[in-house]
Amino acid sequence: MKTVCIRYFAAFRDAAGVSEETVNSNATTLSALFRERAGAHTALHEETAAKVALNDVLADWSDTFENGDEVLFFPPVAGG
Amino acid sequence: MSFSIAAEPIDLSSLSMAMEDPACGAAVWFEGRVRNHNEGRAVLRLEYEVYTPIAISEGLRIIEEARQRWAVRRAVAVHREGLLALGEVAVVVGVASAHRDEAFQAARYLIDEAKARLPIWKREHYVDGEATWVNCQRCGHARGG
Repeated sequence: MKTVCIRYFAAFRDAAGVSEETVNSNATTLSALFRERAGAHTALHEETAAKVALNDVLADWSDTFENGDEVLFFPPVAGG
Repeated sequence: MSFSIAAEPIDLSSLSMAMEDPACGAAVWFEGRVRNHNEGRAVLRLEYEVYTPIAISEGLRIIEEARQRWAVRRAVAVHREGLLALGEVAVVVGVASAHRDEAFQAARYLIDEAKARLPIWKREHYVDGEATWVNCQRCGHARGG
């Protein structure tokens, strides 16, 4: 069991209903962690173009995470 | 070479000074502005949310990639955050180089990559009172105005 701080942005924050939360997780990968949170927040859905960052560095969904990490969930971007 | 996020209107004249270089015969500027319509809906204003730490690091990485591909001597990019009115400049990209070809190509690369990669989100506020996050296919159901 790992404890991580998760931050949600833009549409993901609206869907989760919180901007950040600290959770205990049995997930190993970041994608599994997202699915776990989508189970807890029913309006939160996976998006094909979503991105994830770990401790302020862009990461891959297949990456693992450690106890105490900060995970950022980014919905599809739309700058410009 | 610089990339920054601005909470206030972008000062184009000060950006222009950063592009001065006697070895450059070409300077290309791109301005992205707030448009009054999108996909058939009348837009009232836009709201940009930015995650600045990664927007800056990724923005600088994109500029470095352009420098490696083209003979770019000066490059500057600024993106706004917060609420913007119609017609306001949301993003500026400027590239200066010896000749025009590389300036045009590098400027196109910078704006395209910035739109695709930076953690920046756009919320459109419509004339009819609704608001939605752009590009989020399945997020639309979760919110109202």
